[in-house]
Amino acid sequence: MHFTADDLAAIRLTLELATIVTALLLLIGTPLAWWLATTHSRLRNFVSALVALPLVLPPTVLGFYLLIGMGPEGPIGQLTRTLGIGTLPFTFAGLVVASVLYSLPFVVQPIQNAMAAIGQRPLEVAATLRAGAFDRFFSVVLPQARPGLLTATVLGFAHTVGEFGVVLMIGGNIPGETRVVSVQIYDHVEALDYAGAHALSLAMLLFSFVVLLGMYTLHPRAVFSAGPQPR
Amino acid sequence: MRRPRYTLPALLLALSLAAIRAQAGEVAVAVAANFSAPFHAISGIFSARTGHTVKISTGSSGKLFAQIQHGAPFELFLSADTSKPEALVSSGHAAADSRFTYAVGRLALFSARRGTSARALLESGRFTHLAIANPRLAPYGRAAEESLQALGKWEAVQGQLVVGENIAQAWQFVATGNAELGLIALSQVIDKGSLPEGAWLVPRELHTPIRQELVLLARGQDNLAARELLDFLRSPEAAVIIRDFGYDSDPELN
Repeated sequence: MHFTADDLAAIRLTLELATIVTALLLLIGTPLAWWLATTHSRLRNFVSALVALPLVLPPTVLGFYLLIGMGPEGPIGQLTRTLGIGTLPFTFAGLVVASVLYSLPFVVQPIQNAMAAIGQRPLEVAATLRAGAFDRFFSVVLPQARPGLLTATVLGFAHTVGEFGVVLMIGGNIPGETRVVSVQIYDHVEALDYAGAHALSLAMLLFSFVVLLGMYTLHPRAVFSAGPQPR
Repeated sequence: MRRPRYTLPALLLALSLAAIRAQAGEVAVAVAANFSAPFHAISGIFSARTGHTVKISTGSSGKLFAQIQHGAPFELFLSADTSKPEALVSSGHAAADSRFTYAVGRLALFSARRGTSARALLESGRFTHLAIANPRLAPYGRAAEESLQALGKWEAVQGQLVVGENIAQAWQFVATGNAELGLIALSQVIDKGSLPEGAWLVPRELHTPIRQELVLLARGQDNLAARELLDFLRSPEAAVIIRDFGYDSDPELN
């Protein structure tokens, strides 16, 4: 297996992107999952549907709207320009934003399922021991939801690594900035450089398999489920 | 006595319709995405005139090429370059004598800002992004690179280039305003035969001609409709349409 300097740059960029995106996803996804798991708000179903959208939308739809929305004429683009950070397409920051949206359901749903499975009882017990809301969340909910958090981390990371359509739409294929592994593979294939494509594709395949194998070995019962949550 | 008077013409009409139907063929054509619009116009006229049905599949030349090699049921292939038809001939998927240049692409420098001269903007360097198609994959991308080199701008714009996987995506970057400048296909911006305000038609001499070749595929060898369409694509009538859509059709350029 032989990697060119461009290949290695793409790999490094991809890992960087996936790490940042996974960290952000856990920060955003955990409270969101908790809210979804516990709220009785009428907005709940609305938000659930919104979060789940990337599961069913073709990435090109998301990418297309992001390209327009984050462009100079779009609402996000006008906001970012007012804030003095320019526009997001063709930048690493743009990829981060797009990836967070795109991988959100893969992080929120496992955490939400794990949290919903805890039920009211442990929280009520903790409350009788005079644990405050934050204390209950950090010392009861999070430890109990650990398998869900692990699944979410693995899936969020792996899904970002495997992302292609959205990146292709808004990336602009800039080396070291937006040219991730999947785009690099696509370029190799289109240029009929099948040897180059094989090397990277095989690496991607092995990586994905090892990550998933590791997850199932650590937590044999960690199952990604988008089904109805236990109440 | 009215009945017989109408029966005969009606019978004749029905017979001739049946005859046309029996003769009317069908041809499956794979067309490079950039030539989709002119080809629809050409095939529309062709169908109306001959009664043949033209089934059109568009995609990137590279993908269509791979599909043809793996047995896709196309009979005629309009590529965006010359290398793929050539490769199909040497691999025995296409007839060598059918290859010809049906269109020659032209490059245009286009500015997303209204009323701005694209050429002056490129010269000033005061833009954040210049969109081109991928020089490694797309003929228009290669032509863009050659032109920028000929203009002495290639080194200067390195930090500003954004690269679409094909010329359609390069256009998308400009059309959405995300890139202020783009070296795109004339056919994408031409409006009723004229260049939009501010755009600059890149002179032919600045790059290798973007020759688009077509080839009759093995599956279409015995299809009369495919051969007729091939002839129609060579006709002066088709050449007029092709030029209207922003391509050169001059056979002298072959």
